[in-house]
Amino acid sequence: MTADSEVMRPPRTSLGVLGWLRQNLFSTWYNALLTLFSAWLLYIFLTGFLRWALTVARWEVITANLRLFMVGQYPPDQVWRVQVLVSLIALLFGLSWGIWKGILRGLAIGLATGFGLLAVLPFSPGVRIWLFSNLIAVFIGFIAGHVLSSRSERGRLWLARGTLIAWLLLFPVTVVLLHGFSGTLWLPAVGTNLWGGLLLTFLLAVVGILASFPLGVLLALGRRSELIVIRGFSILFIELVRGVPLVTILFMAQIMLPLFLPPEVRIDRVIRAMVGITLFSAAYMAENVRGGLQSVPEGQVEAARALGLSGPLILLLIVLPQALRAVIPAIVGQFISLFKDTTLVAIIGLMDLLNVGRAVLANPQFLGLHREVYLFVAVVFFIFSYAMSYSSYKLEAALGVGER
Amino acid sequence: MASEMQNSADDIIICRDVHKWFGDFHVLRGINMTVKRGEVVVIFGPSGSGKSTFIRTLNRLEDHQRGQIIIDGIELTNDIRNIEAIRSEVGMVFQSFNLFPHLKVIDNITLAPIWVRKWPKEKAEKIALELLERVGIPEQAYKYPAQLSGGQQQRVAIARALAMQPKIMLFDEPTSALDPEMIKEVLDVMRELAESGMTMIVVTHEMGFAREVADRMYFFDEGKIVESGTPEEIFNNPKEERTKEFLSQIL
Repeated sequence: MTADSEVMRPPRTSLGVLGWLRQNLFSTWYNALLTLFSAWLLYIFLTGFLRWALTVARWEVITANLRLFMVGQYPPDQVWRVQVLVSLIALLFGLSWGIWKGILRGLAIGLATGFGLLAVLPFSPGVRIWLFSNLIAVFIGFIAGHVLSSRSERGRLWLARGTLIAWLLLFPVTVVLLHGFSGTLWLPAVGTNLWGGLLLTFLLAVVGILASFPLGVLLALGRRSELIVIRGFSILFIELVRGVPLVTILFMAQIMLPLFLPPEVRIDRVIRAMVGITLFSAAYMAENVRGGLQSVPEGQVEAARALGLSGPLILLLIVLPQALRAVIPAIVGQFISLFKDTTLVAIIGLMDLLNVGRAVLANPQFLGLHREVYLFVAVVFFIFSYAMSYSSYKLEAALGVGER
Repeated sequence: MASEMQNSADDIIICRDVHKWFGDFHVLRGINMTVKRGEVVVIFGPSGSGKSTFIRTLNRLEDHQRGQIIIDGIELTNDIRNIEAIRSEVGMVFQSFNLFPHLKVIDNITLAPIWVRKWPKEKAEKIALELLERVGIPEQAYKYPAQLSGGQQQRVAIARALAMQPKIMLFDEPTSALDPEMIKEVLDVMRELAESGMTMIVVTHEMGFAREVADRMYFFDEGKIVESGTPEEIFNNPKEERTKEFLSQIL
């Protein structure tokens, strides 16, 4: 290879700080003007906000009511059950991070950081120790998962299976732990009417997400079915539910449903809200998934058929993986909006995070502290919505969306 | 006539008076064809002549509405078990490759053997690697289809079809979507396959390949077989005016 056939390097494009400023912020006189104007606005806003947040704001409304915000009316002497649950989740997150690495890394580290930051705040010693041990639990889980899974491929497989099963078991464990049994001493029953705050918001969102996803996929498939009854039912359900506001569905579940059921059958209020949210979300999910199904070329199905694969296998192995991968952004977007829509359960009297905020504001002791309370609620919602959004980006990158 | 209706055990594909309509459009108008084990058949003709539709009826990606198709002793009917049995005996290669983009090359190849033939993963992967060796791209096994050139993708598609150890291979214009310099690498693989004794039905306009490899050639036009014969007969001594005209356009 001669000297001049050497591969040419691209020209240097780094500018340095001053160069960057000049190119991006002060390239023309009007650009400079806009930059200065924005900087002035930002200054006004930030100083105003910081002055308020640090001197005027009475954050004790948050700290004093933190338990209400987190778990609502859940009996204080039973809050340890929620704490155990959170620690369990922290441990499982750590373990999963150790086994699968990848996209779980950011989430697990974010979770650990959250516990760490909270542990610094002036809570009671017991809470701070609990928060700090959650931080430790994430890392213990990680180390355990990492060490055990890197020993042998077999061990990794078993551990991965075990962890998956643990995640699946988490749901019944949650129900049993939170609800307990009436008549027992160490795990007395706590009715769902006492569940509230972030705990309730989470439960509604998680159940809604986990249940509406498979239901939505089934409805999307049903809408494309060749069987007229199934197709008809799917279309009817999707269009009916999409044509009605969520508030209406929640009202229906709360007020109408008992009229149709025999008086001795009484379904729990929280469960009715969960069902309403799930059905609502499933209809939208179905349309998202249908978009994905349409994006899979006919040739894929033909190739799979030509190989002798049966219909269900083609769906499971060829069509759905490609269809769902194509609509991850839409699906996660819908999960985020479902998470925020759970606040609507306030109108049927459930005490979710937002409604707890309203109840706190009704307390004469904390009159007029709207800004503190709503800002706090907004930040909490933002953190978890952003976590979902972040996982979506990571998942897309990991699955290579778009590199067909 | 009587002798024609008698099938020797050597006849692996028998088509009798096959008709098909797309709506009111009569695509196939009475196709009769018999292919013996190990024969290589080339089908050519203008676009819209029904040649692709015909080859797709052979593994029932399209159904025929009249007549009879018998593959390796099994008649193609609406019976889904027959269809799946035949599809696993008949490999197919498409013009647009149709590899599964979400699976690595090796998983594209092992998918059907594992799920349809119920082979253990190790066996399927061993055979997949051998097949990749055979089509000349063993080093691409753990890449995704999108990372391969068109010619490489088509060779993976051939390996994927061969992994089911089919008795018949159908090729539907396998080189039409390829750049000129990639056509050769795919034809080389097909040539080797023909020499190994595989029964092949190939829809193609690669007349060099046909002349060299085909045992019989069929010229399709307007849903009918206009003329058939050995490459010798078709190229040197076509009987029908339509065949002469078409050959003069593509040669």
